Amino acid sequence: MTDTYAKQLALVIDLNTCVGCHACVTSCKSWNTSGWAGPLTDENPYDKDPTGVFFNRVQTYEAGTFPHTETVHFPKSCLHCEDPPCVPVCPTKATYKREEDGIVVVDYDKCIGCKYCSWACPYGARELDENEGVMKKCTLCVDRIYDTDLPEADRKPACVLACPPGARLFGDITDPDSEVSIAIREEGGYQLMPEWGAKPSNHYLPKRKTKRVIHDDELVRADNPLKKEGPLPKADEKSPSLDDVTSW
Amino acid sequence: MRPAFSVIFLTTLIGAGQGLFLALIAGQFYWVIGATPAQEAANFYALGSLLSLCLLSTGLFSSFFHLAHPERAWRSAAAWRTSWLSREVIVLPLVMGLLVVYGGLHWLDWHPVLMTFGNMKDLDLSMAVGYLGAGAVIMLFVCTAMIYACMKFIQEWASPVTVLNFTLMGSASGFVLVTAYAGIMGSPLWDFYAGGALALTVLALFGRLASLLRNRMLKPMSSVQTAIGVRHRNLRQITRGFTAGAFNLKEFFHPGNPSLLPLLTGFYVTAAFAVPILLMAVGWQLQSTALFGLAFVVQYAGLVAERWMFFAEARHPQNLYYQKVA
Repeated sequence: MTDTYAKQLALVIDLNTCVGCHACVTSCKSWNTSGWAGPLTDENPYDKDPTGVFFNRVQTYEAGTFPHTETVHFPKSCLHCEDPPCVPVCPTKATYKREEDGIVVVDYDKCIGCKYCSWACPYGARELDENEGVMKKCTLCVDRIYDTDLPEADRKPACVLACPPGARLFGDITDPDSEVSIAIREEGGYQLMPEWGAKPSNHYLPKRKTKRVIHDDELVRADNPLKKEGPLPKADEKSPSLDDVTSW
Repeated sequence: MRPAFSVIFLTTLIGAGQGLFLALIAGQFYWVIGATPAQEAANFYALGSLLSLCLLSTGLFSSFFHLAHPERAWRSAAAWRTSWLSREVIVLPLVMGLLVVYGGLHWLDWHPVLMTFGNMKDLDLSMAVGYLGAGAVIMLFVCTAMIYACMKFIQEWASPVTVLNFTLMGSASGFVLVTAYAGIMGSPLWDFYAGGALALTVLALFGRLASLLRNRMLKPMSSVQTAIGVRHRNLRQITRGFTAGAFNLKEFFHPGNPSLLPLLTGFYVTAAFAVPILLMAVGWQLQSTALFGLAFVVQYAGLVAERWMFFAEARHPQNLYYQKVA
């Protein structure tokens, strides 16, 4: 099932930058419930036991023992695997990987709602929309990224545009010069659960410590020869000025 | 995984139906090769086929409840090149079709001889259809089990033992049923079936114990560390990111009380295997059809519990992402 695709669009998510604000979650829900993939139905949204369809979630993890802990905010959506295990198992071929850009999508008119694709996804990226009886998943905003009515800068997934600190990058990971490929290559981009061989296209950039070493002499003003604050001494009138025309 | 009753009834009912079909074919073969001189009771195969057809149809009917769009079920044969579910969808009607032809030929008592072997034994049409049927039944067992066994990251399922167990448990329940049925019909094959039922149930017990042992020794390949790619030994989820319900919380977690699961395991080992083995051993001694009937009912209840546990004990790696809420 490993085919080569003309392109592989994907997200690269920088865990070092993500602040866990859930803006990508809400913008995703908002765009996709109103668009091609929608509605992303909710059950009892304002009542007891609400539940509903989401393509994107932000989770929070903690590493270490208090007080030496590190918080990791972890956004999770479909990873648009290069070898997606959800695709071959679909009995109706409703789920497929687009040859032109590698996005994994579901044909809602063919899906029978057997949930087998959700069993076959180790990442839990597929959900049943119980109202519509079909499986739904992240489309990488396929209805938005090719929309020529939008300004070029807006032709990106809703989550990418919404991310306040810019932790989400979007692009073609098969193009070595793309922003995402450079980020993966130069900042240690990695895949989730590589042990299952699905080769997820979305990559994550690790948390990293940003440290600055300050030496003692940087804390002391070295440019004040008098070692005290005050007006600088005036130069002698005969000494050369900067332009040799004006005088001090 | 959350056990789905539609799938539990599908797999247990078609398992018994396939086992019954296999038993009828085995019985006919046993008679054809001359292992028993007595002529088979009238309509034994035809009515047996009907019984098997009822089990298969009920199982098929049950499977529709698993689909959110049952009216589109016809589409599900499309991906037979890649999907075991698709293959099952094709082979199940094939088995049912062969069963109808097999039962029909016996009902009409139409046995044209296709060829005669050197030892003067004949291959008649019904036996030939029977061989095809047996092949299709085995194929169906493989397809059904491979739906689960092909999921490599559900490690409890991803094993040839799964295929073996589906085959053995289905065949065993079919043979237990056919023994009770043969007793009612006064078939001379009763002893053959009783022995087969007992042997298959014992084998199925060993198969299931093997998978229980295997599951106990499994080491999960995935962890929170691989799930989010942070290599820290002390890493835990603080929140899954929402307080509401979601498909991810329903589909992949079983609703049972974890402390009761060992009890349920004990129940199915007893009901599906131990008690039927005892009932059949006594029943065979006493030549009692009633005990075989009872054994079938008890075993079926046990197999339903077994299939429930088959799902409940499967740990899906996606659950690593849904450990906590805050």
